[in-house]
Amino acid sequence: MQAIIVKNLTKTYDKGKIQAVDDVSFEVEKGELFGLIGPDGAGKTSIFRMLTTLLLPDKGEASVDGFDIVKDFKKIRNTVGYMPGKFSLYQDLTIEENLNFFATVFNTTVGENYSLIKDIYIQIEKFKKRRAGKLSGGMKQKLALCCALIHKPTTLFLDEPTTGVDPVSRKEFWDMLKRLKEQGITILVSTPYMDEANRCDRIALIQSGKILSIDTPAAIINSFSEKLYAIKANKMYQLLKALELFPKRRNSYAFGEFAHATFDQTIDKAELKRYLEMIGLSQIEIEVIEPTIEDVFIKLLNKHNHAE
Amino acid sequence: MQNNKSDATEKVIVCKDLTKRFGDFIAANEITFDVYKGEIFGFLGANGAGKTTAMRMLCGLSVPSSGHALVAGYDVYKQTEDIKKKIGYMSQKFSLYEDLTILENIEFFGGIYGLTRKEIKEKGRSLIEKLDLQSEAKKLVASLPLGWKQKLSFSVAVLHDPKIVFLDEPTGGVDPITRRQFWDLIYEASARGITIFVTTHYMDEAEYCDRISIMVDGKIEVLDTPSNLKRNFKSTSMDEVFYQLARSAKRSD
Amino acid sequence: MKQFLVFVRKEFYHVLRDKKTLLILFGMPVVQILLFGFALTNEVKDSPIIVVDYARDVASQSIITRLGASQYFKLKRNVLSQKEIIESFRDGKIKAAVVFPDHFNEDLEHMNKAQVQIIADASDPNTATLVTNYVSAIVRDYQSDRTELMAVPYQIIPEVRMLYNPQLLGAPNFVPGVMALVLMLVCVMMTAISIVKEKEMGTMEVLLVSPFQPFLVILSKAIPYIALSLVNLGAILSLSAFLLELPVKGSLLLLIGESTLFIICCLSLGILISIKAKSQQVAMMISLVGMFLPTVLFSGYMFPIENMPLPLQIISNVVPSKWYYIIVKSVMIKGVGFMYIWKETLILIGITTVFLWVSLKSFKIRLE
Repeated sequence: MQAIIVKNLTKTYDKGKIQAVDDVSFEVEKGELFGLIGPDGAGKTSIFRMLTTLLLPDKGEASVDGFDIVKDFKKIRNTVGYMPGKFSLYQDLTIEENLNFFATVFNTTVGENYSLIKDIYIQIEKFKKRRAGKLSGGMKQKLALCCALIHKPTTLFLDEPTTGVDPVSRKEFWDMLKRLKEQGITILVSTPYMDEANRCDRIALIQSGKILSIDTPAAIINSFSEKLYAIKANKMYQLLKALELFPKRRNSYAFGEFAHATFDQTIDKAELKRYLEMIGLSQIEIEVIEPTIEDVFIKLLNKHNHAE
Repeated sequence: MQNNKSDATEKVIVCKDLTKRFGDFIAANEITFDVYKGEIFGFLGANGAGKTTAMRMLCGLSVPSSGHALVAGYDVYKQTEDIKKKIGYMSQKFSLYEDLTILENIEFFGGIYGLTRKEIKEKGRSLIEKLDLQSEAKKLVASLPLGWKQKLSFSVAVLHDPKIVFLDEPTGGVDPITRRQFWDLIYEASARGITIFVTTHYMDEAEYCDRISIMVDGKIEVLDTPSNLKRNFKSTSMDEVFYQLARSAKRSD
Repeated sequence: MKQFLVFVRKEFYHVLRDKKTLLILFGMPVVQILLFGFALTNEVKDSPIIVVDYARDVASQSIITRLGASQYFKLKRNVLSQKEIIESFRDGKIKAAVVFPDHFNEDLEHMNKAQVQIIADASDPNTATLVTNYVSAIVRDYQSDRTELMAVPYQIIPEVRMLYNPQLLGAPNFVPGVMALVLMLVCVMMTAISIVKEKEMGTMEVLLVSPFQPFLVILSKAIPYIALSLVNLGAILSLSAFLLELPVKGSLLLLIGESTLFIICCLSLGILISIKAKSQQVAMMISLVGMFLPTVLFSGYMFPIENMPLPLQIISNVVPSKWYYIIVKSVMIKGVGFMYIWKETLILIGITTVFLWVSLKSFKIRLE
């Protein structure tokens, strides 16, 4: 059964001048961890707000747990959990007070569903008398997740939960999501970080309000049909410039300490190395590598930009 | 070292046992490192590790409790005004005035760094050409997409050809292509001999740096190239390196 | 219901933990009234007054003796001509003049009715009011003593003339003005800001995506501010009663009832602003420019409305604080009952209904 069905959803702002969400369709299976991956301004938050009944779509329809997002908005508000982009907590209330407050708002008590949040809550419990405004990003994130979970939602909407949080907390957060998924909760999560895509069951790559691709992370990586080379040299700037001028180059860009490149034809590593040495680069390493989600995204973006 | 620069011997930041105390709390604890000319230096750490404190001392905004540091050859105790003339600064939170146009921002920031009218005009024109913003030059910065703002604010931060530019969590949330265009600008500045000092807690960004230091609880725990760090920590990504180091951290803000 | 109570409790936490705002809220009226109180009490003792006695009979002499015995006044020489009185005022030598006309005692005996004229220098309105009040009180004392003695109802009518400032803007007018201002501030601005704050923090999003009734969110925000306003009201009233010796002459219950009406009016305005405003700064600006200034300008406690150009006079009619100000002045100072202020009350109810209706109508269950 589908927990979330989105059909041709469209949303514009400023009387149609800004196209935030452009004819988006996707489905999320019950119990699935589904990721919306895309940069700021891609339309992720607008999709979340429509699905959580906070915004009305201009066109298209969508349902959550079988309830229509427009007609049955009250029912959706009863069943889903939502964590907006900024950790929406009361800065002047303590951890404990925030949690109790949100429990009551959702007609429940902390005791009733404690088992669901226990793993997360014990990590911040020793600070329970501390005000939320004085917590670190990671702790705020955990508390916000507890607050979103406290009423045992069927579906969890997490809008950029890892933005502004350090890598340790980020990793812990994804581990928590995995455990929640095992308890049967459907999770729709958005993130601008490509490296987090692998933690999802399925992902949708999104840019300028349009979905570029939907599939499992593995299948999306497989769709990258070209041979991808990782190249390293002593000077990055010159390396990038040299690659741009290489005749058989299709695309090339920096990727961490490497440059990634694709070519029109299979190239000879030795030939490329000679070319780079001729330009004056040294310490050259060239190898063929598995692409990442980010490589696929770059390729799709190039295609998308050319199509326009 | 992989990305040896030809002029890598000139030190632009010399930092020895630099310490900052706030009462009993030691925000930065005897940090020691050197940064070379034209280097892209990653300054990493979790929230509350002391990155911001250290960076403020280096920018001449905060007086150290003890230790020594020279930035662009000037002393962080006595010559803070000289330091400020020789550095550029860009943060994701604030860099440009949203309610001024692109040209007005360039004129303003060029003005406060003491560029002449002529210099501002010339540098401004070439900057706008390079970023392909000709048709936007008279538009408000607020109307630009995030990625363009980032590129523009970096370009403005290096407008006065500083010795060092400090980037405080520069690229968050832009698409991979725009992000690479941003890094292209950084590589170019670095090739021109400008030192880039980047603080971030996004590890994939860290992999773009020549060398990385990681701060944990006020101390610099490691300092090396990304590939050496990954090798030493038997990790495939900087994320894992950082995780191993920061997991033991006791402090958070 | 439990949800609602928890919500209200949370609001109290917000209010009580924001020490700075609390200090301003309670400090402002106290400081204003204290300042005013001290400015007053220093002036009133031993005020120089002159007595002009055209009657020179038993009654007038008796009242003059009483005036002289009072600690409030220092009697100056008897002057006879009107011109000399005015000159004394001009020189600033006296605060008031009491004029007994010819045949004062005779009028009192035969017609059971006589007049005494009290002229005060109202360029200092606070002193002028107090001085005339005290003179009137002494005259009334004499009147009731004599009535008791003779078992005939005598009536002495003090005819009060305020020189230089007939509007008499001052002390008793100040307290109702402060009341209107403070209620406006607490209810409009604080309510608006606290709701917009939830929008800014993103907590409003979470609350909307919950089974909690959206309008209850707003309502529960209003409750602490009602409480706060009433406490503030009590503080102002007791300060004015004990410090300024300006007690509530009319029914306290009526005053509280009318104040509650005004508070509801302000709250609905605050809610309306919070719906329209996107940031705390905007909410603050709208409250200040849209509400605070009109209260100061158009309620009549600083600038007499009668002297304004006609368009401004018309505008002043839609400013709720104008009507509240009139009501408070009537109940508190004149001591009149509901019968005298039903018209103003009705207008206030009308304005409140419109605001409430508009804010209910424009309230959204979604984000835009």
